[in-house]
Amino acid sequence: MAEPVRTTLGDTGAYALELAGVGRRFGALAALSDVTMSVRAGERRAVLGSNGAGKTTLFNMITGDIALSAGSIRFFGEDITRFPTYERIRRGLRRTYQISQLFGRLSVRDSVFLACRGVSRRRFSFVRPRPDDATLEQAGRIMSAVRLEGRAEALVAELSHGEQRQLELALALAGAPRFILFDEPAAGLSPHERRELVGILTALPAHIGYIIIEHDLDIALRVAQRVTMMHNGRILKEGTPEEIESDPEVQEIYLGGGHG
Amino acid sequence: MSTLDPAAAAPARPWSIAGSPLTWAALALLLVYPFVASPFFIYQVGGYALVLGIIALSLMFLAGYGGMVSLSQMSAAGLAGYMVAILGSNSVGTGFDWPWWVVVPMAVLVGALFSTGTGLLAVRTAGIYTIMITLAIGMALFLLTQQNYAIFNGHSGFAGIAAPVVLGVDWHQPVPFYYLALFVAAACYAAVLYVARAPFGLALQAIRDNPRRMHALGFHVLAHRVAAYAFAGVIAGLGGVLLVWFNGRISPGTIGVDRMIDILVIAIVGGIRHPAGAFLGAIFFVILETFAIDIVGAERFNTMIGMLFLVVVVFSPDGLLGLWGKARRSLQRQELPNN
Ligand SMILES: Nc1ncnc2c1ncn2[C@@H]1O[C@H](COP(=O)(O)OP(=O)(O)OP(=O)(O)O)[C@@H](O)[C@H]1O
Ligand SMILES: [Mg+2]
Repeated sequence: MAEPVRTTLGDTGAYALELAGVGRRFGALAALSDVTMSVRAGERRAVLGSNGAGKTTLFNMITGDIALSAGSIRFFGEDITRFPTYERIRRGLRRTYQISQLFGRLSVRDSVFLACRGVSRRRFSFVRPRPDDATLEQAGRIMSAVRLEGRAEALVAELSHGEQRQLELALALAGAPRFILFDEPAAGLSPHERRELVGILTALPAHIGYIIIEHDLDIALRVAQRVTMMHNGRILKEGTPEEIESDPEVQEIYLGGGHG
Repeated sequence: MSTLDPAAAAPARPWSIAGSPLTWAALALLLVYPFVASPFFIYQVGGYALVLGIIALSLMFLAGYGGMVSLSQMSAAGLAGYMVAILGSNSVGTGFDWPWWVVVPMAVLVGALFSTGTGLLAVRTAGIYTIMITLAIGMALFLLTQQNYAIFNGHSGFAGIAAPVVLGVDWHQPVPFYYLALFVAAACYAAVLYVARAPFGLALQAIRDNPRRMHALGFHVLAHRVAAYAFAGVIAGLGGVLLVWFNGRISPGTIGVDRMIDILVIAIVGGIRHPAGAFLGAIFFVILETFAIDIVGAERFNTMIGMLFLVVVVFSPDGLLGLWGKARRSLQRQELPNN
């Protein structure tokens, strides 16, 4: 298994993600049709859209969790359309899930440790890490970053909902990501936890770009430089937060005229 | 949800290697056992339970850490046993007569390769389908050994296989064989516990809990599972070598469906969540098999094992180890008011 060639940002062109004509059908339902979008390296993008608009399906196409029916995807200039998920991840792509996808019987530390090791050659190692192992130290830093350091030895199944969402974040931040897909990370969080989330997102190193799916417009507009509006599996509008907020069509469909 | 004593299932200090006081006590007990037991108890009970425990440990590793219930671990062990008969010497006179230090690694290797092959076929399946496909693979090997005379000598198999004399010790004698089996069992047990906390074993447990997320963390889930089958195959192979030395013979009956299911019963009754369960279950099974046959007769033995299996599974899904965990927790609860 060849380790991916790590190219520097400079020579891979300006785009982290380039989607061309991406579509996905589930039987008769076109969950996603003809989605073409580009996201620059280091850019922070929000994707808005009502329930069933196809936002999560878009993420599943990009990570390869679900195969696409049409179109192509480039990641930092490389065509990853036919790559299995783990190959995309090893190239620096990460994601969180709308419904937490965690390891119930593992501890928080073990989960984050694995997330750090998944992109290294030593993921198959039969040798236990020493206490001063670099991966363990990295896992410790990431647990502190999402404020889970006090729960390191807790089993994932024993975590509260908020803590599980923090762990979702940790798994996506582990192992030097280049681009992250956040699927409604704020859902079900308290106002205090939301503030912490915004803090974590805005504190990410500048070279890490992301797409965030977020129903809460306040959060979305605070953490994103550009916004993509989706509706019925298609891209409806793209622009700066101000443009999207003031767009009459967007207000009608998404905001129902009320929230603005 | 009934969970096993967390101290056993997931050590509180995950990165420490030292065993618990209980482990050391059990090991001490096993070491002095031959000094107090008769040769029959040392060999037919102690030695046999350790051998079956090693094979059940192979299943425990796959099922407990990997969530893959493979019935064909007995087949991997049996094939390794056949290799000992074929590559070494047997009373049929068809053996290659190679020395034990060539035969044993070859036999373990063949067992491991068989297990790996099983894995290649089975890792795309889950749950009941894994059981079905591994059952079919085990059946296929059983039928092959029964019908093939050129290699496996058909339904009569091979006899006259003995553990070698090495360093002036006849390893077929009860006490040496017991200590040999104990050494291999302890080594396999320690290896499983160690690997379970190494990246490979942690990843296997994470794959058991959520394969989709493991893909999204950069892990090749299927390759990882196949590697787990290979590791389990080494353990099964070692168990198979000891089994053929223990019996002195091997035939298709050694790897029949009932034997495959015995291993499953041992692992489940003992407790699939922890390696100790495999040995606990094996001791329980061997004692029953040895003495229940005298009391209830051979025909009713399977019925009785089946009933006990049901009782344990219904009252403690985590097997005998789970009962131990429950007892300990309820004792702790009773002590609480005094504090
Ligand atoms: N695996 C699947 N099988 C069948 N239909 C699916 C599948 N995944 C999504 N869909 C359908 O595709 C459509 C888009 O779903 P998707 O989850 O992408 O929406 P979403 O924009 O993420 O919505 P929400 O805001 O509720 O999360 C929905 O109608 C959904 O029912
Ligand atoms: Mg969604």
